[in-house]
Amino acid sequence: MSTKPDTSSDTSSLVQVRDLSVHFALRGGSLARLFGRDTGTIKAVDGVNLELRPGEVVGLVGESGSGKSTLGRALLGLVPATQGSIHLRDQNVAELSRRRLREIRQVVQMVFQDPNAALNPSMQVEEAVGDALRVHGVRSTTERRTRVVEALERVGLSPVEHFLNKYPRDLSGGQKQRVVLARAIVLDPELLVADEPVSMLDMSVRAKILQLMLDLKNELGLTYVYITHDLATAKYFCDRIAIMYLGRVVEIGPAEEIFDHPRHPYTKALLAAIPEPDPDKMVPRDLPRGEIPDAAAPPLGCAFHPRCPEAVSGCGWESRDLRALVEQHWMRAGTAYDEEQDVIGDLDHLDTPATTATLGRGGSDRVRAVLDRIRAEDPHEPLWSGVTSIQPDGSGVTVRFQEADSPALRQAGGVDVACVLYPDSSSSPA
Amino acid sequence: MRRMLSAVAKPFSETTGLARWMLVAGVLITAVFLIAAIFAPWLAPYGFAQSSAHGVEFPKVGHPSSAHPFGTDRLFFDVLSRVIWGARTALEVVILSILFCVVLGVPLGLLSGFYGGPLDRVLVLIMDALYAFPPLLLAIVVSFLLTDVYGGSVIAVSISLTVVYIPQYFRVVRNTTLSAKEATYIEAARAIGARDIRIMRKYLFGNVVHSVPVLGTLNAADAILTLAGLGFLGLGIQSTAAAEWGHDVSRALADAGSGVWWTGLYPGLAIVLLVTGLTLVGEGLNETLNPTLRRRRLLAVVMPPRDRTPVQEVQR
Amino acid sequence: MSIDLTDEVVGFSAQEPVISARDVRVWYGTTKGAIRAVDGVSFDLAPGETLGLVGESGCGKSTLGRGLMGLLPEGAKRDGEVLFRGRDIFSLSPKAAYQLRGRELGMIFQEPLTRLNPLMRISQHFEETIKQHEPDLSKDEIRNRALEVLRLMGIPPTRYRSYPHEFSGGMRQRLMIALTLVLRPAFVVADEPTTALDVLVEAQIVQILNDLRRNFQTSLLLITHNVGIVAEACDRVAVMYAGRIVEQGSVADVFKNPQHPYTRELLRSTISLTTTGLNYIPGAPPDLIDPPDGCRFHPRCPDAMNVCAAKDPVNIARPGGGRVECWLVGPEEEIPSAGRQALEQEELTVVDEA
Repeated sequence: MSTKPDTSSDTSSLVQVRDLSVHFALRGGSLARLFGRDTGTIKAVDGVNLELRPGEVVGLVGESGSGKSTLGRALLGLVPATQGSIHLRDQNVAELSRRRLREIRQVVQMVFQDPNAALNPSMQVEEAVGDALRVHGVRSTTERRTRVVEALERVGLSPVEHFLNKYPRDLSGGQKQRVVLARAIVLDPELLVADEPVSMLDMSVRAKILQLMLDLKNELGLTYVYITHDLATAKYFCDRIAIMYLGRVVEIGPAEEIFDHPRHPYTKALLAAIPEPDPDKMVPRDLPRGEIPDAAAPPLGCAFHPRCPEAVSGCGWESRDLRALVEQHWMRAGTAYDEEQDVIGDLDHLDTPATTATLGRGGSDRVRAVLDRIRAEDPHEPLWSGVTSIQPDGSGVTVRFQEADSPALRQAGGVDVACVLYPDSSSSPA
Repeated sequence: MRRMLSAVAKPFSETTGLARWMLVAGVLITAVFLIAAIFAPWLAPYGFAQSSAHGVEFPKVGHPSSAHPFGTDRLFFDVLSRVIWGARTALEVVILSILFCVVLGVPLGLLSGFYGGPLDRVLVLIMDALYAFPPLLLAIVVSFLLTDVYGGSVIAVSISLTVVYIPQYFRVVRNTTLSAKEATYIEAARAIGARDIRIMRKYLFGNVVHSVPVLGTLNAADAILTLAGLGFLGLGIQSTAAAEWGHDVSRALADAGSGVWWTGLYPGLAIVLLVTGLTLVGEGLNETLNPTLRRRRLLAVVMPPRDRTPVQEVQR
Repeated sequence: MSIDLTDEVVGFSAQEPVISARDVRVWYGTTKGAIRAVDGVSFDLAPGETLGLVGESGCGKSTLGRGLMGLLPEGAKRDGEVLFRGRDIFSLSPKAAYQLRGRELGMIFQEPLTRLNPLMRISQHFEETIKQHEPDLSKDEIRNRALEVLRLMGIPPTRYRSYPHEFSGGMRQRLMIALTLVLRPAFVVADEPTTALDVLVEAQIVQILNDLRRNFQTSLLLITHNVGIVAEACDRVAVMYAGRIVEQGSVADVFKNPQHPYTRELLRSTISLTTTGLNYIPGAPPDLIDPPDGCRFHPRCPDAMNVCAAKDPVNIARPGGGRVECWLVGPEEEIPSAGRQALEQEELTVVDEA
């Protein structure tokens, strides 16, 4: 039933993700919906390759909107794949029928971020954990109870009798997360997708739950996909790490290599953002500006370039970056915002991504002068190196940028990086 | 058993002030009618369609007397007996119609909210159309349609009331389902491999039916009025099939001009009282079960003076 | 047990404190009894100083912040003395307290979107906020002041007429901070201002809070569960456990030489890039309706002694500056003869876990 026998023949891997894309149709305004018009798509996951070997812990790290949770859910078939394949041993999860999908959930299980929401408020612990067995055909009540008790003991909820008849509202956050873990392991899965399992918990409880997950992995031979935004826990927990940004993997490799020699500027930024409690080890940090952009209209070229502290000319500069730069200029103290705003005029039309940008209404010379002033403030701003020409155009100017493609993952040292700073150094494949 | 008892006692123990009094008064009034309905054969001096006893015919439109405390009407029936038997009819009809509403409306709302799509659109359209009709008019139309099948029986009236009230159950359940199905625990249920049917039954149902009891009691009050309206128009239950207050009031209309007050007053009073009782219960329940309206009874905080000795709490 | 710590304000003793709280208590009424969420807390805050308030959830941090602001739910009571520039704000009339809030006392919340009116432009938010407290300002003056604050928060002036929904999560939090600071309050409580944000944005906001004292001379009480953020953005730290501040002092000293076992364990359980092993505190914070006798941390404390379960710890000067409440530190003369022996603790199971 596999469409790509060449990938599934690799017996050493538990899961093979090939060119996986998950796109969501965007629900537009009421008018667009009324006429059934397509209002664009969000590429939550966009051409991701990933391999999981049995017994390893792979971290998917990124901010919200990076597609890491969607990728995790796709592994269980909870979100449909738009393109590509997910081979779980020899079955392609992306193409399974609903019935078969339900069956593979004995093999792949999930732990959720918010333990307060992941349990049915009207189900007692025994039923909540036992329902997974019910669903997979364990009819005998005594067998279910034995296995539920065993799972609860494994996750440390003892004395078990104390917890069997509790409702979620009677449990603390850590206890709830233990029940969620018990529900996940009661079916004896091979792969556990853990979506930020500790981020909603108190600092003092996080270590307990992580330790429990490590113990479970050793006792039950589990493989983990650990989804997180926190590189500190990932460093402790993961064997390999994939850094994701706007639906793509931007850096992937062994955990030590990623932490010892971070290559992608985004990886460096994530590392720099972790607050360090030891006052002696604090270093001044150069944080990337802005926030993760709108996934419905990602930046041209490399998606990270608008925030990148190491950007160069070939990163894919475009109209929206020019807008940001002009606004940045007006935020500096002592600039004549009102007069310059008069010359530059409205900036909203720059929001349509393009490699040419026309702006200004106060005469091309005056617009040019404002741009020169902005450039003089920070001559090293990499955007200017990406400009190919600035020409007068009516009462304003037209700025043209160098076109660039989104960089592909390429080998660099022991890892794969998608960044123009790391061009293909060796043509020999791994 | 203890859990059930405490669940029943919860609305009383958790309410304060007005809400509590509303609930208590409502429950008392409703209980009186409930007892009348259940024990009607023993409580009522005569049958509802009985015009003579021990071979003696009842007087026509007889004044209230020791033999007939509420008097008799122009069909020789004892008014007191008809009021008591009327409680039974009213409760039968209301309970049946609520049962139909719940059995049909709740699953339809669940399906509609859970699956969405064309099924949802069709169901919402039908329910909205029903909801847009004036209740009494709709009930009349349905009673007409059912005349040939069940003609003037309790079942027929119950079905017409069901058609009137089912959209409310459907909408409430559908809307709560829409928000509840986005919860993580529903995704978690999918992740363990549960089928849709099971997700709806075990994970959604228990979390979306909370508002149905309140809706049920509030609708019951409204249904009593609609039932009386149908009876008043002569479209409800026939006098010989069962005692029905609305129909009795309508027959008493002609008496009012000739100074006969007792044939209309007592059935009318029964309608007003039962409607009030049920409304009070409904509103009282609403205030306890609806978390946005609920106000818990808090123990007042008494801080001891500057030291860390144990505290005493005083009930407010 | 009133505490005198007038001479203990580390490094800021020259200046009169903006906020001086003495033996503050905030208790909630419930159906079961009073929750003693804040139970005898004292601290000082100098002008332009940032005090970090850390602890596990359920130890009263947020309650203290809201209590200071007077934003408490029905059935809650507070007492003690909180002097704001010499005025006791707990004994103000509701009207005077309202006047003070916003203008002199500001609050930054965790979820910014719920605090912004989606139908009002940013400009209208600023106009409304400023007009309420300074009705004489013209529209132009309001605009200039708002743009100045927005600039410091990193929001370009072109966005002044936008609606809240046009901003991203981090921008909204910047907006909320700008709206709080535009009135130039002398004292601001920030309650977990970064918890709902992404890592990089969180770091940006922490930097903004860090710059506050330079730009605004505002005293900040920063409530957070993240000790890393305290290290980054605060001058002093107060560690809260079960309604009490168990240790306070300068961040550098407290984090380097924690005197209270709770501070030490809290720091050890934090996972950072330098973490080499997983540590955690067994058990959970106690039920504050009926907290343990003696030191409230003794059932979970790895160093508990007999005296800890028997006597309330005394608030004493901390070696290295600040205050601490722990029998390990002293005072020696008040510990009974057998008090130094290790306490036999009941084993903590998951039943008691947080």
